[in-house]
Amino acid sequence: MDLGPHASFIIASYAMAALVVVCLIAWVLTDYDAQRRQLSDLEARGPTRRSAGVSKP
Amino acid sequence: MALIDLANPTRFLALTARTLPWLAAATALAFAFGLYLAWFTAPDDYQQGATVKIMFVHVPNAWLAMGVWTVMSIASIGTLVWRHPLADVAAKAAAPLGAAFTFLALFTGSLWGRPMWGTYWVWDARLTSVLVLFLMYLGIIALWRTVEDPSRAGRAAAILTLVGAINLPIIKFSVDWWNTLHQPASVIRVGGPAIHPAILMPLLVMALAFALLFVTLHLAAMRNEILRRRVRAIGLMQAHAAQGA
Repeated sequence: MDLGPHASFIIASYAMAALVVVCLIAWVLTDYDAQRRQLSDLEARGPTRRSAGVSKP
Repeated sequence: MALIDLANPTRFLALTARTLPWLAAATALAFAFGLYLAWFTAPDDYQQGATVKIMFVHVPNAWLAMGVWTVMSIASIGTLVWRHPLADVAAKAAAPLGAAFTFLALFTGSLWGRPMWGTYWVWDARLTSVLVLFLMYLGIIALWRTVEDPSRAGRAAAILTLVGAINLPIIKFSVDWWNTLHQPASVIRVGGPAIHPAILMPLLVMALAFALLFVTLHLAAMRNEILRRRVRAIGLMQAHAAQGA
């Protein structure tokens, strides 16, 4: 495939787009893992609802 | 499931869990098809040569840069008028994605401009208004990080987002209102697209792929934000309980 005299500009554009897309996907996935981990830590530590542990009369 | 049911974050999480794998697969397929068309079937442009391939990345990101702010503006109305529980979650989750798409539009446009215009950058109305949009995205992200209480941050960000929406028609019509180096609209215009179908088709498929990417990442980021607020609420509740004990 001949990209002509401006091949470096074309390749740099697609490379940056790929890098940004990969970073966005990685950000979403790592953030999900972090939130899930924190949530399960908190759930293991104690009650997760205000009503928990309050006995009704 | 009625649309109103999505107002419930728990139901929204369940819906997200079901739809995300399908959306991710559709995004991957759309990118595979779009990249195939862009790299193996689209002809070189008679003026731009192979550099037209940059347009298959630049134009979708430029559309999304404005589209994401539009989504944030609609969500902001939901925050301010209806206080919809997912509205500011949607607005917050969209901001980093919009910033990324705007950055890509600016970056790829700059790389296209150097060989075609002879310069990476000019301070014309289109380029400058898109740069302002990028800075506004950064401002919104900074605002969300500055105010700790999500509901207070949501209202402040909603007002700023709606004020910033003034920039959208300025970006769109800048090429008509002022004498810009950036060319006028050639796809979304009165009289239909001015692009040959052999180049228009890959452009539209790549636009679909990036749009699907946005929807997928937006839903995933909204899910993360809902979990983050649960973590915050439970953490605060346990801290109060520990103080009261």
